[in-house]
Amino acid sequence: MVDNNQRVEFYRQMVRIRAYEEAIRRDYHADKTPAWDIGAGLIPGEMHLAAGQEPVAVGLCANLRDDDALTAPHRPHHLALAKGVDMKAMTAEIFGRTTGLGKGKGGHMHLFDPDKHFSCSGIIAEGMPVAVGQALAFSRRGTDSVAVAVAGEGAANQGAFHEALNLAAMWKLPVIFIIEDNDWAISVPRDTSTSVANNADRAAAYGVPGERIEGNDVEAIYQAVKRAVDRARSGGGPTLLEIHTVRMWGHFEGDAQAYRGDELAEAEAADPIPAYEAKLIADDLLSESEIAQILADATEEVEAAIAFAKASPEPDPSDAYQHVFA
Amino acid sequence: MTVIDASPGTRRLTTAKAISEGIAQEMRTNSEVFVMGEDVGPYGGIFGSTTGLFDEFGATRILDTPISETGFIGAGIGAAVEGMRPVVELMFVDFFGVCMDQIYNHMAKIHYESGGNVKVPMVLMMATGGGYSDGAQHSQCLWATFAHMPGLKVVAPSNPHDAKGLMISAIRDDNPVIFMFHKGVMGLPWMAKNPRSIGPVPEEEYTVPIGKAAIAHEGTDVTVVSVSLSVQHCLDVAEKLAGDISVEVVDLRTIAPLDRDTVLASVAKTGRLVIVDEDYKSFGMSGEIAATIAEVDPMLLRAPIKRVAYPDIPIPYARVLEYEALPTRDKIEAAIRDLVS
Ligand SMILES: Cc1ncc(C[n+]2csc(CCOP(=O)(O)OP(=O)(O)O)c2C)c(N)n1
Repeated sequence: MVDNNQRVEFYRQMVRIRAYEEAIRRDYHADKTPAWDIGAGLIPGEMHLAAGQEPVAVGLCANLRDDDALTAPHRPHHLALAKGVDMKAMTAEIFGRTTGLGKGKGGHMHLFDPDKHFSCSGIIAEGMPVAVGQALAFSRRGTDSVAVAVAGEGAANQGAFHEALNLAAMWKLPVIFIIEDNDWAISVPRDTSTSVANNADRAAAYGVPGERIEGNDVEAIYQAVKRAVDRARSGGGPTLLEIHTVRMWGHFEGDAQAYRGDELAEAEAADPIPAYEAKLIADDLLSESEIAQILADATEEVEAAIAFAKASPEPDPSDAYQHVFA
Repeated sequence: MTVIDASPGTRRLTTAKAISEGIAQEMRTNSEVFVMGEDVGPYGGIFGSTTGLFDEFGATRILDTPISETGFIGAGIGAAVEGMRPVVELMFVDFFGVCMDQIYNHMAKIHYESGGNVKVPMVLMMATGGGYSDGAQHSQCLWATFAHMPGLKVVAPSNPHDAKGLMISAIRDDNPVIFMFHKGVMGLPWMAKNPRSIGPVPEEEYTVPIGKAAIAHEGTDVTVVSVSLSVQHCLDVAEKLAGDISVEVVDLRTIAPLDRDTVLASVAKTGRLVIVDEDYKSFGMSGEIAATIAEVDPMLLRAPIKRVAYPDIPIPYARVLEYEALPTRDKIEAAIRDLVS
């Protein structure tokens, strides 16, 4: 069972992440008009947002400590925030400022926070072997930290996924592989790209436990990850979890999503946050005023982070030549 | 030396549309041609290179693949050695890392290793280049990385006309051809673009020869050699300086095999050389061209060569950092003025 305080905390975290994604979305588009130009504006470049996938990040990270590692994919904000990455430093990075996590060099797909052992990569599935190596370091050093690799269901058809699973299984490393199944890899639906209906079945090929979690339910996700983390921390080796979630928005901002047809409306209607809110109201854990307060707090924190980013200095051009070598 | 045909018709297309038209025309006449890659089906390619093909040819000839680049590029090689002519898309050149064995050790080498008995008539097309803050893993050019490997032909058009003609040549070629389209030349509706990314394209099929550079702008004071998007910048600068400095712009169009003769002939005429390259400066195209002059006849030069190339740093995200590093018009103009003064 998940206790009631934790349930409210789950809700709070999900609202916080959604407020963040909505604000980034607003500012990303704000200065790209009238002729929409991907390279223009205060936030240029590609932008992959995770609205709908909050339950995965929150249910997962509630099981993690700062010293546990997490590698995220190209869609990283929800995972970074849930892992405890500083919102201001991350936002400044997205705005390309010197106060950003990478001093403006990385951008939204390249957020690195060594204190929180958080990183991400824009190359599909390539965070998975890195998590194996982090787990290898933890086990060599005799700590009980675990490493988590998160990737989309599209990544499960990449060689790195299979190689990482085999390595982690053979060496019995404390790794949790999480596949966020949002049904789509850009415009390619999972059933035309993946030979099995359930990626957790692939765990059997490597002799590790596998489980698929339906329903995009933060509590079920929390429980499943808890079992996997407990197993990893106690020397039981890796686990593969596939979590069925939903991509409410485009693959990247600007994606017209013509390929989705009627499914898009279904996805938008499957918003996990109002659903969880209704549950907590029914269980008498949240009042209307508490809901309003949670949203107000989230909005305030997010707007403060954005204001911090906007007020931060842009890099000096000469900074481009620093940090090539250590 | 070839000069671009001055009467290529009046219909104007984006480079993306010109590429997909070239593929479609070859598919209509040759049932061995097919396309595969990520999001090349109903989406039409992330950068529009396969626009409309799915509607015309359907899912049996336009194959959306899983994110399995080693798998589907290797499958392209396999189909090619059996005599088909696959056009395979790697969405961004930057993703080469996950599939380079198929490219470097198989696609490039099978013909040689087989003593010429096995051919790999395949096109591997991919997006290159930056300038829109897509960061270190989505903005590279990397043509030299591919050109470095013997057995690979590498083309990188700068305009719609050449893009269509080179695509048709690439499909008909019996060798593996790496076809690199810079996102900035595609004429995408969602990216700032130079008007040169939309231009006249003949409706009929035609070829642009692989391995032949073009004199994109004639001049007598200085030769500027470049490829892909940077050619558009060089042409802008050449037009701006006209009347003051006479700039000859050589559009390589093909990186491997390199058309050294056209470069040498131009330098013989002007005596001055600026090389403009959005790929990394060291160990790359600009060095290769400089070495060609040095090897053949350094006395052609009246002044040392200048290079406007990407410095040896990973590509930074923030706009001010990225533009510090990119070969911009200002830098090209400054290099030319410096050389001629
Ligand atoms: C090796 C590699 N191939 C292709 C891409 C281009 N790409 C970026 S995101 C994406 C789809 C990813 O789908 P999925 O893993 O399901 O994650 P989602 O975007 O749905 O979160 C693709 C093909 C890439 N970044 N890296």
